[in-house]
Amino acid sequence: MAENSSAETPSTEPQARKVTYCGVCTLPPEYCEFGGTAKKCKEWLENEYPDMHERLYSEVIISHILILHRTAAVAATLSTLSIDAQKRAQKDSAKKEAKAAQQEKRAAEDKAAAKVLIKRVERNKRKYVTAVSGLEAHGLDLKKVAKEWGKKFATGSSVTKTASGSEEVVVQGDNSDEIYDWVADVGNVPEDNIELIEDKKKKGG
Amino acid sequence: MFKKDISAGAKSKVKSSAQRAIRTKVVETYPLLAPHIDEIIPKKSQLDLLKLPDRVSLYALDNEPLFWQHMDDPIIPHLRVVHAFPTCFSRIGIDRGAIRFVLSGATLMAPGLTSKGGRLPESDAELQEGEVVVIEAEGKEEACLVGQLKMGTKEIKEKNKGAVIDSGHYLGDGLWKLTID
Ligand SMILES: [Zn+2]
Repeated sequence: MAENSSAETPSTEPQARKVTYCGVCTLPPEYCEFGGTAKKCKEWLENEYPDMHERLYSEVIISHILILHRTAAVAATLSTLSIDAQKRAQKDSAKKEAKAAQQEKRAAEDKAAAKVLIKRVERNKRKYVTAVSGLEAHGLDLKKVAKEWGKKFATGSSVTKTASGSEEVVVQGDNSDEIYDWVADVGNVPEDNIELIEDKKKKGG
Repeated sequence: MFKKDISAGAKSKVKSSAQRAIRTKVVETYPLLAPHIDEIIPKKSQLDLLKLPDRVSLYALDNEPLFWQHMDDPIIPHLRVVHAFPTCFSRIGIDRGAIRFVLSGATLMAPGLTSKGGRLPESDAELQEGEVVVIEAEGKEEACLVGQLKMGTKEIKEKNKGAVIDSGHYLGDGLWKLTID
C-alpha cells in the first residue's frame, strides 16, 4: 500500500500498489458484478484468488441464504449477483410476490362472488331439464361433472354452449334438489353461492 | 470522454525535453505524486505519445497508458495509475447506487455524492471547479472514475443537483480497454 510513503523519505523500493484485475472483464474484481460476465468472473476469481473470492462473495452468500427463505427459485439465479443487484432483484421479486398475492386475492374474491345457478326449465308439460351454470368458477370440470351426474341420475347429461357463449351442464329431468346438494357437498361450493331458479313462466300449467 | 471503444492512432516518441515537461506538469498538478514520479516515469525511460480521438493525447510507457490530456485541460492519470497510488489524489466518494451509472458512462450527478453513501470533503478542504478528482465508491476499495470537477464541492453540497463530472475516465471505458502495441 502507498499510504505510508511520505514526501520526506522517497524510497527506492517500488511504492506502487499491486492491484489484482479480473482476468475476464479486466476490472478490479469487486466491480465484476457490473459487467455482463459476472458468472465467468466469479469462476475465474475462485480459481485464481480463492481468498479474494471468499472475501468478496461471502457477503453475497449471506444474503443469498436470506433470500432462499423467501423464494428458492429467485435465489437460485442470484448466487452471482452483488448485494446491490440483489437488492434490486429482491425489490423486483417482492413486487412480483405482491402482484401474485393481489391476483390470488382477486381470484378469491371472484370465487366468493361467483354464483352457481341451478335452473329448472320446463321443457314440455311436466318435463324438465336442469341447467347448471357457473361451476367452472369454482374449479369444477364441466365435462367430468356432466358425466358424473349422468351416472348418478341415470339420465342424459351434457355440456352445452349457452347463448352468451359460456358453457353449462344440462341434465335431463328435474334434479335440481339433488344437484344443489351435490354442488354444495361434493363440489364444495358455499351454499350462499348456490342459487336455485325455477323457471316459473310455465309453472302451474 | 471515452464512452466509445477507441483505437490508438500513431505512436511517437516523446522528446526528452518534452518528457521532462510532462513530469513537471504531473508533479505540479498532483504534488503528492512527487515522491513517486521516478517510479511512474523513470528519468531514463522513453514515453510514447499516442493521439486519441477528440484531441486527446495519451502518454504511455512500455505500452502502459499513464496519463492523458484533452487539449489544454489538466493532465489526468489513467485509473491504473490511480489504483497504484490512490492516496496521491483528491478523492470524493459516490454511493453504491451511483456506481452502475458511472460505469455505464453516465454523467456523475451531485446526489450520488451528497447522499448517505457518498463522501465530500469537509468545509476546510473544499475542491474547486476544474480540479481533477478521483471518485471512489461506497463499499469498494478501488476508484472507479477520474475527471475534472464541473462544480466545486461546496456548490455540490449547496445545490445538490446538476452535473459534477461529464467527461472523465471510468472503469471499463474505451481508455480502460485500450491496448497499445
Ligand atoms: Zn470480472
